[in-house]
Amino acid sequence: MSLSIIRPGLLTTVQDLGRPGYQHLGVVVSGAMDTLALRVANLLVGNNEDAAGLEITLLGPTLRFETDHLLALTGANLSPTLDGQPAPMHRPIAVRAGTVLAFGAARAGCRTYLAVAGGLAVPLVLGSRATYLRAALGGWHGRALQAGDELPVFEPTAMGRQLRQAVAPASLAASWVATRWTPGSALCPLPYAQPLIRAVRGPEYGQFAEASQRAFWREPFTITPAADRMGYRLSGPALERVTTPELLSSAVTFGTVQVPPGGQPIVLLADAQTTGGYPRLAQVITADFPALAQARPGQQLRFQEVSLAEAQALYLAQERRLWAFQKALATHVSLAYL
Amino acid sequence: MASLPVKTVVSGAGRLAAQLFPLGDAAVVVQFGESISPAIHLAIQSLNTYLAQQPFVGLRECVPAFTTLTVYYDPWLVSEQGQYLPYERVCELLQQRLLAAPAAPPTTAVTVEIPVCYGGDLGPDLEAVARHTGLTPAEVIAYHSAPKYLVHMIGFAPGFPYLGGLDARLATPRRAGPRALVPAGAVGIAGLQTGIYSLPTPGGWQLIGRTPLRLFDPAAAAPSLLHAGQHLRFVPIGEAEFKRLSV
Repeated sequence: MSLSIIRPGLLTTVQDLGRPGYQHLGVVVSGAMDTLALRVANLLVGNNEDAAGLEITLLGPTLRFETDHLLALTGANLSPTLDGQPAPMHRPIAVRAGTVLAFGAARAGCRTYLAVAGGLAVPLVLGSRATYLRAALGGWHGRALQAGDELPVFEPTAMGRQLRQAVAPASLAASWVATRWTPGSALCPLPYAQPLIRAVRGPEYGQFAEASQRAFWREPFTITPAADRMGYRLSGPALERVTTPELLSSAVTFGTVQVPPGGQPIVLLADAQTTGGYPRLAQVITADFPALAQARPGQQLRFQEVSLAEAQALYLAQERRLWAFQKALATHVSLAYL
Repeated sequence: MASLPVKTVVSGAGRLAAQLFPLGDAAVVVQFGESISPAIHLAIQSLNTYLAQQPFVGLRECVPAFTTLTVYYDPWLVSEQGQYLPYERVCELLQQRLLAAPAAPPTTAVTVEIPVCYGGDLGPDLEAVARHTGLTPAEVIAYHSAPKYLVHMIGFAPGFPYLGGLDARLATPRRAGPRALVPAGAVGIAGLQTGIYSLPTPGGWQLIGRTPLRLFDPAAAAPSLLHAGQHLRFVPIGEAEFKRLSV
């Protein structure tokens, strides 16, 4: 079971749900930028939601499945094709050995996730298969994929085998076949043109001038070219602190909006350092990490204030939807066997 | 709109008052004060150790810093699949543990010894530090290797220790221009701080020596040589010893 990289694309890395548990040793969490998309892709092929898949950035790779596989594509729409035919997103697709997956124009969003039944079989490093490029940690030899790489894949789970049979009961006449159904738009949100990112106040919010606080919630911010998996540098109205006590380093995380002395905010992402010394103006809510992860350099975004209670209600609602989808999928597979 | 829901609790850990406030929807910061102190450090270590022994369902991980312990949690699990308000629930659970945590963490008497080859190619800024401080290079080495340092926290990079205890006579500002690449093991001074680069990174600290020890090894059972709460001492070694230990 394997897949071969013919062309690597702009930035294609192995990611799972990250490497928590070592932040006290300075080890960043990493993992998928759009964790919802990776979790859904994994569920669609019968994997545990934390299995390793590929995170594909803007310009996708070309790769060949060397054996029969069941796969799913979620997240950004980068015009995927299978053997030259447009391939559908957000559903299980059974492919024959030799089928080639390629990508075209980046239509919407920034990052596509590819899950294959079984999950990518790269070694666990500190409990995770996620790639952390800066420390060359985890993933495929700690680096982005290159032409000629051949990635091993674990055997599919029982659920993965049943799903494949439900998708393609007999041997495939064409090189691939997909289901008609998808998990629905709540679990597969379309990346928006000008994302509205909801956030709660950060620990140092009160240290900022009132005019800066208002500007943060009202004005658009542009994602500058200095945007990677660690964070996006934003450009917009300068944000000023009124009280400027020397801050001691403390924890920062995915979604932390920190403001260095220049007044232009940085929103930290999957490869956020574990601690930082800049004031934390706001914290993006977990339910909006996908929208943040799918925004592109050059794009504008706006922040909207919500209460902590709202943020957590949205979090719980998302988890309930995933739970319900997982149940529905299990029922679907068992019905296919009646 | 909603100002930060700050809660104040008295902790068993050293009987210091702790403030609890959210860092977004999946983390709580427990803050014991505003400035670096041994009492605050012990309170953080005590709570951190106690939480490792008595975790609650949904606790993801804890990150100690100078005056804070940040507790990451899964709101779905903490709320028992939505039965409770996650933040309220996690604060209750933390309050219980703050009250139950012992006044001081179990003592770790061991002082880690870090061999350092000072000066020469391995410590290219030793002369500059000596000039700035008005000391001789030998005095810089003596003052740097005398104290017992406290590891306040690990951050910035995997395995990078923030140390307390530098002799104030050694304080030297960062270099005017940072180096593009500082090798792993480099021992440096920046202002009143001293530290050890754990991975090759760009950096602006004054490099006075280098240790042959590996501070971070992801393949090891204990990936970081150091962790918060430990004490360490720098032990001067010669180049021959450095080479022998580097093998």
